[in-house]
Amino acid sequence: MNLSRTMLAALAVSFVTTAPLLADELPVANCTWCHGTSAQGFSVAPRLAGQRLDYLIDQLRSFAAHRRDDFLAAKYMWSAAAHLDSPNERDLAAHFSALPPNAAADGDSALVAEGKAIYENGVPDENIVACQACHGPEAQGVREIPRLGGLAYNYLSDRLAAWTQGYDASAAPMPKVARSLSPSQVAAVASYLSFVGGESSAK
Amino acid sequence: MNAVRSRMALPPAAAVIVALVAGQALPDERSARASAVDAKFEYCTTCHGESAQGFRGYFIMPRLAGQQPQYIENQLHAFLERRRLNPVMANVAHGIGTDMIPALAQRMNALNPPPYGGAPSGDVALGKEIFANGLPDQNVPACSACHGPDAKGQREIPRLAGQLYWYMVYTLSIWSAERGQGGREDISWIMRPTVANLTSKQVQALAEYVSALR
Repeated sequence: MNLSRTMLAALAVSFVTTAPLLADELPVANCTWCHGTSAQGFSVAPRLAGQRLDYLIDQLRSFAAHRRDDFLAAKYMWSAAAHLDSPNERDLAAHFSALPPNAAADGDSALVAEGKAIYENGVPDENIVACQACHGPEAQGVREIPRLGGLAYNYLSDRLAAWTQGYDASAAPMPKVARSLSPSQVAAVASYLSFVGGESSAK
Repeated sequence: MNAVRSRMALPPAAAVIVALVAGQALPDERSARASAVDAKFEYCTTCHGESAQGFRGYFIMPRLAGQQPQYIENQLHAFLERRRLNPVMANVAHGIGTDMIPALAQRMNALNPPPYGGAPSGDVALGKEIFANGLPDQNVPACSACHGPDAKGQREIPRLAGQLYWYMVYTLSIWSAERGQGGREDISWIMRPTVANLTSKQVQALAEYVSALR
């Protein structure tokens, strides 16, 4: 299983670069120190496994350009992304996006029904948009729009909070979306998403 | 005695309160209405783009900028009446008061951002030809006959100029499953044979052409 994953990652890498690095030669450990040995996320560092390839590249660039500027981004990811060249960004993104994601499942299960309703329908009467319009019905994401299914509760709620505080302001329309949600709605959506999915689908 | 006095005393106090509330109510009602439309407009543009230029999410949110107001109004009513089936927009339409619809449609119509872009361009010439002249051998009429030579639309017939490439491709590919559920009286019905007679390559060519129009 591990072997086939490695081969898959190496294959994915070989499609996108002229001089592919083998997965074993990638500085993967620099990422997994914080993001977890199987890249399923650890503490404040989100899961990278199964995340969208284009999203990972886009975020690495936004760290390097200091567009994503919340406290943890500035403290850890600005320097981590500062010296990555473009092939390395792509190779690392290809490696992590090919790993199967597990659901963190660490939200409040009592809030799942409310969170699912907000995710799928929004709250039209309160001018809250449906998350699925951009993130997909299975919260799988697409292109540079991230997979949200199974991310950790604290990561999801902290990200939404950071947008309401003015961080990562260029990531339209998320600042507007985050400001439209009440704290209890954030808790519900983050709880729901923490339990979603786990299967790895096509990028 | 005390009871009588308080009964006597109450009405004037209540009258003052009523007068205060009423005095504020009329202008407040108008501004509350305006700010409700503002808030709803912000809600629309969260998905459809800051200047309603459209947005490519998991689903494709069409450009509403510059759209014919009567088209927008008809489509919102179509979602409400299930003449057009769309799970996201059905809920959205239920959250828009029907009295707000004309004002929102006018605000969308007044916007004029450049096209969203990002479309392929290899078959623009074919798209232009079909748009202008149709495909007589396939029984496809010229798009320009109804949508106008500049693709700006008219009344309930939508503007196509600047519409997102992916939206054009998607919406034409699922036309009869989503639109015209109200039967022949629904203006979307008229597109059914045309959509069926276009090949996917021709649809893509048309989408390339109109998506770049300003």
